Amino acid sequence: MNVPTLKELSQNGLDPEILFWVGCAGSFDERAKKITKSFVKLLNKANISFGVLGIEESCTGDPAKRAGNEFLYQMQAVSNIETLNSYNFKKIVTTCPHCFNTIKNEYPSLGGNYDVIHHTQLLDDLIKNGKIKVQNESFKGKKITFHDPCYLGRANKEFKAPRNLIDSVKADLKEMKSCKEKGLCCGAGGAQMFKDAEKGNEEINIKRTKEAIDTNAKIIAAGCPFCNTMLSDGLKNQKAEQKVKVLDIAEIVEQASID
Amino acid sequence: MSIFSSVFFGFIFISAISFFVFNCKKILRNINIGRGINRSDNKKQRFFNMLRLAFGQSKMLDKPFVGFLHLVVYVAFVLINIELIEIVIDGFLNKHRVLAPYLGGFYNFLTAFFEILALLVIISVVVFWVRRNILKIKRFISNDLKGWPKTDANYILYIELVLMLLFLNMNATDLYLQSSSYSDYYQSYGYFPVSQFLSPIYSSFSDLTVLYVERISWWSHIIGILFFLNYLYYSKHLHILLAFPNTYFSNLESIGKMDNLSSVYNEVKTMLDPNNDPYAVSNSNLPIEKFGASDVFDLNWFQLLNAYTCTECGRCSSECPANQTGKILSPRTIIMKTRDRLEEVGKNIDKNGKFIDDGKKLLDDYISKEELWACTTCNACVESCPIGIDPLSIIVDMRRYMVMEQSSAPTELNNMMNNIENNGAPWPFNQLDRLNWKN
Ligand code: SF4
Ligand code: SF4
Repeated sequence: MNVPTLKELSQNGLDPEILFWVGCAGSFDERAKKITKSFVKLLNKANISFGVLGIEESCTGDPAKRAGNEFLYQMQAVSNIETLNSYNFKKIVTTCPHCFNTIKNEYPSLGGNYDVIHHTQLLDDLIKNGKIKVQNESFKGKKITFHDPCYLGRANKEFKAPRNLIDSVKADLKEMKSCKEKGLCCGAGGAQMFKDAEKGNEEINIKRTKEAIDTNAKIIAAGCPFCNTMLSDGLKNQKAEQKVKVLDIAEIVEQASID
Repeated sequence: MSIFSSVFFGFIFISAISFFVFNCKKILRNINIGRGINRSDNKKQRFFNMLRLAFGQSKMLDKPFVGFLHLVVYVAFVLINIELIEIVIDGFLNKHRVLAPYLGGFYNFLTAFFEILALLVIISVVVFWVRRNILKIKRFISNDLKGWPKTDANYILYIELVLMLLFLNMNATDLYLQSSSYSDYYQSYGYFPVSQFLSPIYSSFSDLTVLYVERISWWSHIIGILFFLNYLYYSKHLHILLAFPNTYFSNLESIGKMDNLSSVYNEVKTMLDPNNDPYAVSNSNLPIEKFGASDVFDLNWFQLLNAYTCTECGRCSSECPANQTGKILSPRTIIMKTRDRLEEVGKNIDKNGKFIDDGKKLLDDYISKEELWACTTCNACVESCPIGIDPLSIIVDMRRYMVMEQSSAPTELNNMMNNIENNGAPWPFNQLDRLNWKN
């Protein structure tokens, strides 16, 4: 796997096309690291010139901001923007919708103006222009349901790219009861990921997982490392982890891709 | 007699309008308690949004059946009120159907059109009542509607029903009187496709009785309308007016974008500035702005306008993941409590001339921390509101207060924030291990 850092690239006088913002989950969470790798493999296959910030990357501040700690968020944002502004690249791509939303929508007024896309958008483009080719066998006719991440779908109105990708591997997309603009949250956003839920009669991730199971899909496609965790936990709770798997769209595309 | 009637009408009409204006001013004053926020940009797009959402009710049609009925009631109500022009002129001049001679055949069309609208309103209102009281649709029976909100919702339906019935009865008796001994006053004007079926009810009554019934209906109808106008202020029905400014001023940016607090930005800039002398005396004389919101004073005027505009329809709460899974958070309640507190503050100002501390706050006294911490910031509430209300922004502003002013976040969140502060990730991993995934 070839993963250059921006620092290395710039020392060699190179500017990558794309800066891959890995995100904290993608860097540290065991499950999410696999997604990161799948995505990088795809970037390598498609011969994309990209780089990561590596140890120069730091939390975007999203969980702090949404927990109400605007101060900590802005400290993170301002120093990230300083790092980002010291390099040249054309686009930022991220596998996390929270990083995507924050850098795209909230960094500009702090001085960080970038062209930011979500990895499903990039992959959709790469498949469309033939840079990534997929075979039909692995997922053909398989029932897959897609869980819209709140910060990709509702917040940024990207519903198509991930669905195009599911279509491109010839899978049978089964929509859940609530999807797209009305997609039910997995329960992780707004810093809920890091705390226990308030008292209620059900956990949000379980409710969402049940909706996914109800579609009879064998795969729940996710586009966010946090949704991935929440839904995987939901499947365990429902004792369905043998029958149903949660895969990131990048993993699906990677499994179907040909060299 | 005729002078007395005109004077009486004038008195009622002018008092009703004055009281309405008086309350409108109060609403305006209360909304202006809020902090400033600039919503004067993109006038064209704002205007278009208002047409689409408030006038065209485009989001209401997400639920096609009720959306359609709501549209019927709304359009009918607006159009029927055109009839008020004539009623008011009649009232002042003590005349009857004063405009009829000038409009000729068009007058017949109008009367017929209004009657059909009235019938449609009656049908819709009955359906709404059944949905609320017999079918008990979930979003109409939840706890946050107990008490006044539930009563209010039904009162609105009853008032609309009674007004429409009075309107039709007024026409039915009018039609009767047009061929009675009073026909020189009740001249043969108008075409009444609905009330012509009611008119026969009066065939066994004396002309005088019907005359009384007609007059009573006429007066009750106009007094009812003026009453309804003044009822708005005390009711969720205020949305029929405020939906317009609310959609006009609503957020035009991506709903994922949360504002970057400028007061914080200034501090962050200074802290990160390498030339900054941490021991220097602050050279700004500006008072340090409070971070976040603990009371209505700390919210912006648009959020306060939201509070007055909310229709209490509960679309937001029925889409809310926290609410759907039994947490006490309900975005509708957040908005309703904000209005309750704002009203309380308004009354305090009415009484004392200015706000005198009453020892209460929006936070804790109206909205609990438990509610605020249950939100996933998923934006489902914002997306589902048909008139551009943003409950999430209030939740986040109150979280900001709890975290930055009170340091009262749940321990787990404090741990998460400490991690971000110390090692740049919400978990306790070493920043230097960030690239280890590639091995
Ligand atoms: S943003 Fe918060 S209040 Fe609104 S629907 Fe989502 S969880 Fe509920
Ligand atoms: S905030 Fe909007 S969706 Fe929620 S109850 Fe009020 S009007 Fe309905």
